[in-house]
Amino acid sequence: MPNPTRIEVNCTTGEVLEIELTDAEVAQMEIDRAEAEARQAEEQAIADAKADAKLTAQAKLAALGLTGEEVAALTNN
Amino acid sequence: MPTYTQIGSAVTVGGAGAASIDFSSIPSTYTDLVLKLSLRQDSGTLNYASMRFNNATTNFTYRTLEGNGASAASYNGATGTYGFPVPSPATSSTFSSADIYIPNYAGSTNKSFTIDTVTENNATTAYTDLIAGLWSNSAAINQITFYPAGGNFVQYSTAYLYGVSNA
Repeated sequence: MPNPTRIEVNCTTGEVLEIELTDAEVAQMEIDRAEAEARQAEEQAIADAKADAKLTAQAKLAALGLTGEEVAALTNN
Repeated sequence: MPTYTQIGSAVTVGGAGAASIDFSSIPSTYTDLVLKLSLRQDSGTLNYASMRFNNATTNFTYRTLEGNGASAASYNGATGTYGFPVPSPATSSTFSSADIYIPNYAGSTNKSFTIDTVTENNATTAYTDLIAGLWSNSAAINQITFYPAGGNFVQYSTAYLYGVSNA
């Protein structure tokens, strides 16, 4: 099975090339993709943890007797 | 008055698909760049896909506001994301749309960019993102490459590049 191709437009000449990826390029692409997915999963986990912490903090403030409006004023919600 | 000039040739992906779409040797004679993308990938991976400037993957940062039909959120990260190409499980023959604006792409300061993108899906879940990004590099942008989040771009995916004069 042939390797996937990449499309390259040379903006100076207008030439459009469809170039089959080398085995090394395919391997590198998979590495890049795995790294990007891992990085994005990490960013998502950080964002989720931050959102969870905010919810926990709001619940604790409410348990202390603050009204919904007061909690929102403190947590910028 | 700003004028838009198409640079290079329009890209329409053929039947074999494409692992990436690359605009190279971009002339530095315009003020700003605009890209219009219509993309779908043959992988089910629903993830932010990446673009590269001058083949670089580093020194990117972004903040995005995202809605998915049920909720809204904001995220930040360190990739050159341009949002989601429509993944394979979505309604057939649907594509994502993305408008990318890159001001002062040939200048000697860091390069900012904005992206307005949306996926298409005949179901309750589709994604729209407004992305503000920065490439912290002073080099003129002479190459822009787009990758899917997984697999290949499918047939009839398209990409257009325009130079803006007198912006």
